[in-house]
Amino acid sequence: MGSTSAENHGTDGTAAVGRRDLIKRSAALGLISVPTMSFLSACASGGGGDDGEKAKAGKKTAKNPLGVNESAPMEFVLFDGGFGKEYAEDAVKVYEKNFPGAKVKFSATQKIQSTLQPRFNQGTPPDLIDNSGAEQMDMGTLVGKNQLADLTPLLDAPSYDDPAKKVRDTLRPGIVEMGQFDGEKVWILYYAYTVYGVWYSGKALAALDEEYPETWDRMLAVCAKAKKKGIAGWTYPGKYPYYIPFSLYPMIAKVGGAEVLDAIDNLEPNAWKHPAVKACFEAYYELYRKGYILRGTPGLDHIQSQTAWAQGKALFLPNGSWVENESANVIPDDFEVTVSAPSGLDSSDKLPFGTIWASGGEPFIVPAKANNGAGGMEQLRIMLSEASSRNFTSKVKSLTAYNGGTDGITLTPGLKAGVAALEKAGQNVVNPRLQDWYVQLQKEKIGVAGLGEMMAGRLTPAEAIKKIQGFADEAAKDDSIKHYKHQ
Amino acid sequence: MQHGKYRFIVGFLAVPLGLYTLFVVWPFIQSIYYSFTDWTGLSPEFEMVGLANYERMLDDDIFWKSLQHSLLFALLLPVVTIGLALFFSFMINVGGRRRRGGPAITGVRGSSVYKIVYFFPQVLSIAIVALLFAFAYNPDSGAINSLLRGIGLGELQPLWLGDPDLALWCVMAVLVWSTTGFFVVLFSAGMASIPAELYEAALLDGANRVTTFFRVTLPLLWDTVQSGWVYMGILALGAESFAVVQIMTTGPGGPDYSTTVMVLYVYQKAFRDGQAAYATTIGVALLVVTLAFSAVVLRLGRRERLEY
Repeated sequence: MGSTSAENHGTDGTAAVGRRDLIKRSAALGLISVPTMSFLSACASGGGGDDGEKAKAGKKTAKNPLGVNESAPMEFVLFDGGFGKEYAEDAVKVYEKNFPGAKVKFSATQKIQSTLQPRFNQGTPPDLIDNSGAEQMDMGTLVGKNQLADLTPLLDAPSYDDPAKKVRDTLRPGIVEMGQFDGEKVWILYYAYTVYGVWYSGKALAALDEEYPETWDRMLAVCAKAKKKGIAGWTYPGKYPYYIPFSLYPMIAKVGGAEVLDAIDNLEPNAWKHPAVKACFEAYYELYRKGYILRGTPGLDHIQSQTAWAQGKALFLPNGSWVENESANVIPDDFEVTVSAPSGLDSSDKLPFGTIWASGGEPFIVPAKANNGAGGMEQLRIMLSEASSRNFTSKVKSLTAYNGGTDGITLTPGLKAGVAALEKAGQNVVNPRLQDWYVQLQKEKIGVAGLGEMMAGRLTPAEAIKKIQGFADEAAKDDSIKHYKHQ
Repeated sequence: MQHGKYRFIVGFLAVPLGLYTLFVVWPFIQSIYYSFTDWTGLSPEFEMVGLANYERMLDDDIFWKSLQHSLLFALLLPVVTIGLALFFSFMINVGGRRRRGGPAITGVRGSSVYKIVYFFPQVLSIAIVALLFAFAYNPDSGAINSLLRGIGLGELQPLWLGDPDLALWCVMAVLVWSTTGFFVVLFSAGMASIPAELYEAALLDGANRVTTFFRVTLPLLWDTVQSGWVYMGILALGAESFAVVQIMTTGPGGPDYSTTVMVLYVYQKAFRDGQAAYATTIGVALLVVTLAFSAVVLRLGRRERLEY
């Protein structure tokens, strides 16, 4: 909008500008700014996209199964978070090697939403995005507004390492389902693989002469034993109580079956009133009632609670596999970071011990309006190769969506425990979807206003369930949010 | 010179007015427009939905809670902050006892040091202040609870930001702490311009410090206080309250919605939930509240101007 005024006023070299001229000119400048406003009317919500500018498809070959245009530029925007950007830069190098004629524009930022939201609005998004972090753009809305490309061509393409195997068959359980919202189309590819559960110090538990408790009675007994030694049983990020579900939800699945969680995700009426939910809420409330929760926990944030846990003030912590990396500077060397699937109630539980929550992190998307969407997908295919996956795991201490890629590298204790937990779980990996389908419901309502209040002792389990069911019913009725169902 | 006078004035005003329209008025109009649509903020497509967003807002419990907290901020924070600032600046500039050989009107001993100390928080960015206090409020190892333990009050270990009854007050305390210094400096400057003879005359008449404050200082400082009041109110409704709530509180906005404020709710709706249109609707409500606040303050505070 500034360009017009610059053209009109930039060409005056003569000296002796009279006062009158000056006034006239400033008046003109002021007037100019009024018509330029009309340009702005399209500023915030942008114009339509230019669909005609997409790169032409290239020739499909065995080496290029997605038919990438070999000379089309490709733009890749990465979230620069806990995993850093090196792993993606390495993968970009492979892309550049495979397509020497293509120019790759790679950038990494923490401000995903503020840099990319305007570009979505203008219809000129990049070709591949890691839509992650605090500034994540709402996936439900992006899908609902047809802003994302279906990744099925990528999943059905031969994998990078073995042309006989499709990409979809090289992925860990749950990855493909997580990318679906409604129907068969896959909108998101989660690249990192996170194991959620109960995290503890192997050394601290051994010092108590205990093993990880498989039933709730044993759990309470271990906590009682710890309490005698002045150690709290549990702590959690009280300021972000939506960490509690990391161990609570799989426990609900273990007790009542995975279909209880599906009903909750589907916002079915009375889903939260299932006896398994009630039993698990009561079990957790026992931790509060018996004083097994570290004092002050409701006022701690995630870092503070992890620090207290690393200092040995509390035994157990509901968290995800990033905790080992995130709190690396406070975890002592001999801590033996370990994760376990949550304890169940008793032997009458529906699923065996080992039922665990594991799912994808770092959601990668290819925008529907991208110029070179095939290039974005090819970049993802490269990242899902064994070499790239191993590179990621060894650099950032996390698993990837690629099933394997851990041989031949030294795993950290937490990562090793995560792999072991996944092996033990086998097919019993659950994947609750509330946190990506209904962010506000999961974090603010169920997490903070429901579970957080209950674990701080300000709600009884019955009250918490009633409140949460109310929130879920509200969300089910709210037509301003898009609703999803398990397939 | 009379000839063309208006053209002359308009010539100078056109640029600032144009810029003001472009960058202030126009966005307002745009927001009001978007509040009648179903724009998500993530795609260029949207439709007009009439008053649906407003109907939804009136039914939204969280909106009412955030409105309630914002109003409490706007009413209480200026009273406390400006009250404290007036007291401090009076003591720094006028409230001291007369020392032998010194001027008749002076601040308390060490006032020049206090003046600098009070201004310190203003130098820190609000984000840093909020983080510092988030650490201090940590119930497990934070400064406040450690202090309580240190002086033998180990039984008294409040959860601070984790307690719905305390959290809002904790947040307000931070805002008071971080803004008082600015007003101390502002009022000190105002007090410096009050002629010393007025104070000397009051002293000769036997006025004590309280009387001097209410009869001389406050009336002559009224204009400054009033604009400070509006400024603080807008601060409490806007950016500052957003920063502290977003950085410090549970959730943020919790526990159990006990600290949520309108600006935070606007932000969450626009950038977390992808409901930009509804966010602008709340923004419009915030605009109304802010305008009403300024109007009320300016109206109530109208007094005859004193010349001196």
